[in-house]
Amino acid sequence: MTFAIDLLLVLVMLTDLSLLSSSRLGACIRLSAVQGVLLGLLPLLVDRQGPSIRLIVFGAILLLLKGYVFPRMLRRALRTADVRHEVEPLVGYAASVLLGVGILGLSFGIASRMVLPRSAGSALVLPMALSTILIGLFLIVARRKALMQVVGYLVLENGIYIFGIAVASEEPFLIETGILLDIFVAVFVMGIAIFHISREFDHIDVDQLTSLKG
Amino acid sequence: MDLTALVPPLLPLVLAPLLLGIINRTKAFFAGRAGPSLFQPYYDLRKLFLKGAVYSRTTTWIFRAGPLVSLAALILASTLVPFGGLGAPLQFSGDLLLFAYLLALARWATVLAALDTGSSFEGMGASRELLFSALAEPALLLSIAAIAREVAIVAPEDDYLSLSGMHRALDKASWPSFLLIQALVAVALAVVFLAENCRIPVDDPNTHLELTMIHEVMVLDHSGPDFAFILYGTALKLWILAALLLGFVLPRSPYPGLSFMASCLGMLILAVLVGVVESVMARLRLVRVPQLLVGATTFSALALILEYGRTLS
Repeated sequence: MTFAIDLLLVLVMLTDLSLLSSSRLGACIRLSAVQGVLLGLLPLLVDRQGPSIRLIVFGAILLLLKGYVFPRMLRRALRTADVRHEVEPLVGYAASVLLGVGILGLSFGIASRMVLPRSAGSALVLPMALSTILIGLFLIVARRKALMQVVGYLVLENGIYIFGIAVASEEPFLIETGILLDIFVAVFVMGIAIFHISREFDHIDVDQLTSLKG
Repeated sequence: MDLTALVPPLLPLVLAPLLLGIINRTKAFFAGRAGPSLFQPYYDLRKLFLKGAVYSRTTTWIFRAGPLVSLAALILASTLVPFGGLGAPLQFSGDLLLFAYLLALARWATVLAALDTGSSFEGMGASRELLFSALAEPALLLSIAAIAREVAIVAPEDDYLSLSGMHRALDKASWPSFLLIQALVAVALAVVFLAENCRIPVDDPNTHLELTMIHEVMVLDHSGPDFAFILYGTALKLWILAALLLGFVLPRSPYPGLSFMASCLGMLILAVLVGVVESVMARLRLVRVPQLLVGATTFSALALILEYGRTLS
């Protein structure tokens, strides 16, 4: 079981790193969908007694939202904004990937000093959660296109979710679904916002927004 | 004297050119041609050895020493790599560093010889070769480090700083969680294998188009026996890095004969795979190659970090 969790977490890490290295917005949306699917499988593995109905339902909702609904909404925003590439990121792609590896090392360092109330099923859960959160944050800071920042936000949330996995079987169902609903609304609103920004100003570069006059 | 002791040192020296033959045959198959004989590289070597060498008047002794130094370094490196359950002829603690730097020495000699001709064209190839190998080296060393760390923990009695010691102790690794690290290392080493041997997608060994050549451009001025040394060195390097990759990936059986057969089969499959990759893929654009190599370095760094994280807790 630990092996399966490790495998999923390493695959999540690989999607994180390829998100850092990719300049095509379409590919990034696809990668975030893959990450969503991987995370949807995660609740099925965390319990040693096998998955309960509650966890299966939760995993299915997650899979549907992150693997299908969000990418679809983002893709529509991408189509209307008519932007294909992140042209000039604030941090280059090779440097981003190396920074990502550095973040991973840092997370392992931090995680080795953190004590969880109960075992998370695998030693990798905590460091992977921390690094996914930090990489999401990094994507929001280092990319100019609004769409990339939404993807970064999703990655950030995925990290928080992996963190939650550690205590998944005790966490109330209501809280998790509440969080999912919040993200749903957030992505929905951001999709609409991107659409409006691109219709008003013909681009979705956020650092140009400061120089606009209303 | 036991004759089986002669097998490990002689095997790469005898069989290495055959790998080139297999690769060319696979490419011919994909192109729908009959293709040259499997032993064509041997015939080529013989032909080149019988020829005389021509030296430009602008070159110095460095140009003549280049192929010799490079081949000598590669032959020495081939004695450090274990193959198929047999230990390497030479093994001592820390030989992995000697291995990495013998490869670097071979490259350095080739590059110096290329620069010695004074041709700007060859200088360009030399600069590219050095750029790409500088990017491939961290991937190679970090991969080996990840494996060494695992061996140091599961089998402290084996010499974890020697390639043969790692090879011996690998089946004691903690399965199945080591499988993840092994997979990451295999991907990284496969990219290093293709890059160091100047195969597609990094470099095209067949091309003679000025703008795209890397390795081939550096050896344009060598002729006769010198070129034979270089050709033979290329084959040997292919064998060495393939043996390194196989040694970390193939499971070992308690029967040495079976391990040996498995490694030979693995070598054959790897050569065919290189041929397939070369038939179905195009060369990457030059600006994309560093990204590929940084990707390989990332994979190996990930393997090392995971290995540390797994064993700390």
